[in-house]
Amino acid sequence: MSVEILSRIQFALTVSFHFLYPPMTIGLGMLLVIMEGLYLKTKDPLFHQLAHFWTRIFGLIFAIGVATGIVMEFEFGTNWAAYSRFVGDIFGSALAAEGIFAFFLESGFLALLLFGWDKVGPKMHFFATCMVCLGSHFSAVWILIANSWMQTPAGFHLERITGTLHTRLPDSYIVQTSDLGHVRAVVDNFWAMIGNPSSLNRILHVVFGSWLVGAFLVMSICAWYLLKGRFTTFARTSMTVAVCFAAFTTVLQSISADATARGVVRSQPIKLASMEGVYQTHDYTPMTLFGWVDTKNQTVHGPQIPALLSFLCFHNFKQPVQGLLSMPSDEFLAARHPGLSTEKLAEIRPTYWPIVGAVFQTYHLMIGLGSAVFGLSFLALTLLWRGWLFKADNPLIRPLLWIYVFAVAAPQICMQSGWFTAEMGRQPWIVYNMLKTSDGISRAVHANQVVFSIILFALIYILLFITFIYLLNRKIQHGPDDDQDHHTKAPGVNEAIAAGLFSKKGRASSQE
Amino acid sequence: MHHLSQILNLNIIWFILVGILFTGYAILDGFDFGVGILHLFVKKDEDRRILLNSIGPVWDGNEVWLVTGGGALFAAFPGAYATVFSGFYDAFMLLLVALIFRAVAIEFRSKEPGRTWRNTWDIAFSIASFLAALLIGVALGNITRGIPLDKQGDFTGTFLGLLNPYSLLLGVTVVVLFAMHGAIFLVLKTEGELQAMIKGWVPRLIALFLTLFLTFNIATFFECPDLVAVMLTRPYGFIILGLDILAAISIGLMTAKGYEFGSFLMSSLTMILLMAVLGISYFPHIVMSAPNPGNSLTIYNCASSHKTLGYMFIIACIGVPIVLAYTVSIYWIFRGKTRLGHVSY
Repeated sequence: MSVEILSRIQFALTVSFHFLYPPMTIGLGMLLVIMEGLYLKTKDPLFHQLAHFWTRIFGLIFAIGVATGIVMEFEFGTNWAAYSRFVGDIFGSALAAEGIFAFFLESGFLALLLFGWDKVGPKMHFFATCMVCLGSHFSAVWILIANSWMQTPAGFHLERITGTLHTRLPDSYIVQTSDLGHVRAVVDNFWAMIGNPSSLNRILHVVFGSWLVGAFLVMSICAWYLLKGRFTTFARTSMTVAVCFAAFTTVLQSISADATARGVVRSQPIKLASMEGVYQTHDYTPMTLFGWVDTKNQTVHGPQIPALLSFLCFHNFKQPVQGLLSMPSDEFLAARHPGLSTEKLAEIRPTYWPIVGAVFQTYHLMIGLGSAVFGLSFLALTLLWRGWLFKADNPLIRPLLWIYVFAVAAPQICMQSGWFTAEMGRQPWIVYNMLKTSDGISRAVHANQVVFSIILFALIYILLFITFIYLLNRKIQHGPDDDQDHHTKAPGVNEAIAAGLFSKKGRASSQE
Repeated sequence: MHHLSQILNLNIIWFILVGILFTGYAILDGFDFGVGILHLFVKKDEDRRILLNSIGPVWDGNEVWLVTGGGALFAAFPGAYATVFSGFYDAFMLLLVALIFRAVAIEFRSKEPGRTWRNTWDIAFSIASFLAALLIGVALGNITRGIPLDKQGDFTGTFLGLLNPYSLLLGVTVVVLFAMHGAIFLVLKTEGELQAMIKGWVPRLIALFLTLFLTFNIATFFECPDLVAVMLTRPYGFIILGLDILAAISIGLMTAKGYEFGSFLMSSLTMILLMAVLGISYFPHIVMSAPNPGNSLTIYNCASSHKTLGYMFIIACIGVPIVLAYTVSIYWIFRGKTRLGHVSY
């Protein structure tokens, strides 16, 4: 395999694994702020217990997020040296800003959040919790600005460097492979770079997604406690907070999803057409609910709703969604392949598309599970409002609670598949319509080196994931400290289970 | 001319700022690595927990200096970032592995009571800290000595070529420097028998470091004639070098007199002055090419645009004071002896 493919596999592997954790800390961070805020307001020790328990879960997740996050910052240089030279003027500053404004804030106040319960007063501790939460959001903001610039570059010009001479290139300039090392993107306007056309939509979309990841994590663990009849007071309170937060967030996320998709229609129509497998351009473009892309016959098989895609893209049933067969345009192709006939250009055209089948599937996976997350959130809210959600003995509620236990995976898969859609959908470009991914690689690195590092990361991440699940499960089994349920032995908890709990708790606390 | 001088100023400022970030990283994460390197020499479980918790609240923030330093290098001198990171591919992958294991070992180690579990993560923590210190030293040694670059500024050497005696010497020196720095830090954070034991190690580590440090300086004289030639044109560099040697010796003097915090400051000052000497003899280069010095990267030929350096300078002016303010506050809140509590590792 080529260095390009291997480096892409390695980046996908390392960033996907890393990206399991920050959304949990972003979402859980918001819930910690709410829980600790409620404690400060009500002085009810129950909320203190909530904040304390979820902080410990937060600490474990955060540690793995930090450990795996530094990898990407190295990889831009190690695997994508030509890319780094080309965009360093712009991309580098967003990364440096992330370090200064986000990581220091997060890691500094994390010390107080985790270890400061007895060192500072409750108000100062709450402030630290807010700062950690803010820091993790800032981190998302800066890294999404950097990534969005790659999707929709703005606020820059290209320049050629010959010796000490820097010449500005025209906006229409086409970067050739032979230009690498001599031509680069240079910032014109910092604010236009930050506020590039896709930044805001994508920041909100990922942040809301992260909130849902955090809320569903809390809901999952609480549903399990309710099913087992353990820590019920704690579980009910946590779940109430999480369900309200999830339902509120799904509304925001629906609005954001619409805005994000319409942003893709405007700025990356090839990606949008690939997401839906649209090859031909017609009026009243239908939307495929699920199915598969027949790349050979350039069509999609599966149930379709007429005119829905047109409506979602343009808020107008008739306006056609442009199909892949007319993109990129003949002018775009002719400028890159001068002297070829229109037929020849049509043959070259598919090399400017992503892998349509893969983008279609990851996108539909996100939409399908995203709808499920929306439904589950509102179902939980309704049941909560009706007072049925915590009736764990009810034969209808019981299986539903089991669904919530496993639903923790749904928003996580949405996040992952959404990112695969976004990143695969922009191929073959690393900087959209400007620099090809194949031109961004490190020339000093050989395939065998990347194979070695992929194997290394794969083994370590398997080990980390198993250990993480094991320790998370231990923390869940151990449960919150000083739960009143232990002393009062709430009805429904039989003596044997309670005795087992005490012995488990005894063992766990002996380690401290 | 005015415009030109402005560019010069920003390039130099960023050369210094990147240097400050990496020096800050060496001082702060240096004692974390030192604690890790010494970890296995402490046998009792409770003592090992005290070691972990002495750096528990701060190691993560200390590592951010590396992340920010890397980001600043990427932003200010993308050419140097791309060359060094792709050139040191295997070494940096190992460094990443070391940093990952260091981080998770601290987090995982005390979560389970079993002996095998704890021993495994203790070993992981210690080896990872040792490996990270060694690799940082070897990388710095190669930068000092110069690495083979082609006309495009891409590395043309091999991984084994990076493991030359001079760079390995600096690697070992950095391991001992961090171990000494960590031991001095631990004297501040521990008490009783544990402190007495660590106090016994400190003079030996200082003696070992001074020996290696002098050997390294002599080796540099022979191995890096270009740097020496530059130093001869900048005689104030020798004053800084002299002060550095004095600072290194005064670590021992302070320790002998029982000024614990003083020896920690002197150990930090030794690192600052060492980096300053490197900076003075290296300027305006950022990655020297050997054997073809014409292909070297300087703060002018691999820098970002004037505009970006300017924006970044504003960001640094806003961000750095805030960062310093709360970093100092957090060190202040967690000052004093480390004691185990219900939230400890």
